[in-house]
Amino acid sequence: MLSQLIDISYLVAVVLFVLGIKYMGHPDSARKGNLMAAGGMALAVLATFFTPGLNNIGLSIAGIAIGSVVGWLMSNRIKMTDMPQMVSFFNGMGGAAAALIAIAEVYGIYHGSDIGMATLMLNPNSTFYFYFAALLVSLVVGGVSFTGSIIAMGKLQGFVSGKSVRWPMQKLTNNGLLVVIAALSVLFFFLGEGNEMVIYIILALSLLFGVLFVMPIGGADMPVVISLLNSFTGLTAATTGLLFDNKVMLMGGVLVGSAGFLLTVLMCKAMNRSLTAVLLGAFNSGTGAASDREIDTTYREINLSDASILLAYARKVVIIPGYGLAVAQAQHVVHELEKLLEAKGVEVKYGIHPVAGRMPGHMNVLLAESDVSYDKLIEMEKINDEFPQTDVVVVIGANDVVNPAAELDPASPIYGMPILQADRAQNIIVIKRSMSAGYAGIENELFYNPKTRMLFGDAKSALSSLVEAVKAL
Amino acid sequence: MENLLALISENLQLIYVLVLAVFVGVEVISKVPQVLHTPLMSGSNALSGVVIIGSILVMGKTDADNYLALALGFLAVVLATLNVVGGFAVTDRMLDMFRKKKK
Repeated sequence: MLSQLIDISYLVAVVLFVLGIKYMGHPDSARKGNLMAAGGMALAVLATFFTPGLNNIGLSIAGIAIGSVVGWLMSNRIKMTDMPQMVSFFNGMGGAAAALIAIAEVYGIYHGSDIGMATLMLNPNSTFYFYFAALLVSLVVGGVSFTGSIIAMGKLQGFVSGKSVRWPMQKLTNNGLLVVIAALSVLFFFLGEGNEMVIYIILALSLLFGVLFVMPIGGADMPVVISLLNSFTGLTAATTGLLFDNKVMLMGGVLVGSAGFLLTVLMCKAMNRSLTAVLLGAFNSGTGAASDREIDTTYREINLSDASILLAYARKVVIIPGYGLAVAQAQHVVHELEKLLEAKGVEVKYGIHPVAGRMPGHMNVLLAESDVSYDKLIEMEKINDEFPQTDVVVVIGANDVVNPAAELDPASPIYGMPILQADRAQNIIVIKRSMSAGYAGIENELFYNPKTRMLFGDAKSALSSLVEAVKAL
Repeated sequence: MENLLALISENLQLIYVLVLAVFVGVEVISKVPQVLHTPLMSGSNALSGVVIIGSILVMGKTDADNYLALALGFLAVVLATLNVVGGFAVTDRMLDMFRKKKK
């Protein structure tokens, strides 16, 4: 009776997971979807505690209490700009948990009182292979997901170099390491009762591989990496489900694994890059091929009063926000500027590049935080048609997403990436700290366009001064 | 090889379910507007914390005097909970912002 009730609860939980993800796909129902998924999780956890013969329930509850408090505090204190790091961190914790479960299993088998598995090892049958194959996948993928996520987080947070870090024979060492891990996994099955030590070596190598796998990938590609590692963690949840013959983990894990992988592919598409190119860290390698296009590198500055007049007497202004705006916490000031200009009869819209910010859709979240109205955020395809009728484009802390080289220069590493065609507007004002290159490390000829004026300064202070100047008109 | 084939026929039902689940995962997410990619990624990240069930189960079959296994299991419970609670909470915070500005 009890075990049937548990099974039914698990079934309901899986249905809630699927509906939750589905509802999360629409702006109106997204929050409800998230709550449904969370409800499903709570139900599944609660049901698990009624598993017959479950030991150490008190300790488990204590662990959940600690994790809940810490997780809740972290998620409420994090700044929205640092959100990608947070997601990466949480994902790493999931991966670590999967790896720990696998180790605890191994330790239990070799040092515990459960003799079932020990006898099975002497007479290996298909169940034995099935079980250890799942265990090894949990261990390897969980380990990679853990260290990989932590390095990805470090690259975004800045405690690990955001550049593509390379070393001699990097591809060879990485692929070699994978081969060694695979070979050791096969070896394990041939070692009679299996060998406990081999498992620990596999774990250590997997942790190392997670680091080496993410290091060569540039910081700009971290969202793709995080999304991929997220789908890895889903996979480990599924294999852990196989270990315990637990359907809710299995189904939940497979759902996250496949959904996460599709999301990864969608993100790559938005940047017009292949997943392989991202994983090989190919972003920066292209810069070696010098472009034969000559750029006239004279640029023109604009002062505050000219900029404010240009904006206030425009009919239509499009603001292109980039990560620089988010770092400077300038979302609120930009909203203030928007309101001021609207009061003067200017039509203001935002042109949002799919990968503006540090994750797809990240910029929408940041602008939503400062109460910018939803219908003012225009997607790239739509806003590109409007640029020829736009009087002024204001580029704030964005760089690569407005670089015409993506359309014009086949030698450029970002060639082929869809961009916001800001250069088709009548006037362009670029707010930027200096003339330095963007995240991808390439020159942007938009800045040297005769229609472009540079307004140097930190996004927030430059915008605040601009707001004052417009007010003073 | 025999083992592998035996494995497949023994678990045929399971394999069917898995294949279908992959399609569900792909279908459910393929129509999502770009605006929601970040919250969705965060939300599905929280879901991958479902390994929390595994951590409770591994604790549940550990002997009370097997201290190392207990410590490993306990750490797994804490980290998986971090993933679940932190993940859902941060997603809710993000989505809350979308809702507010609709008014």
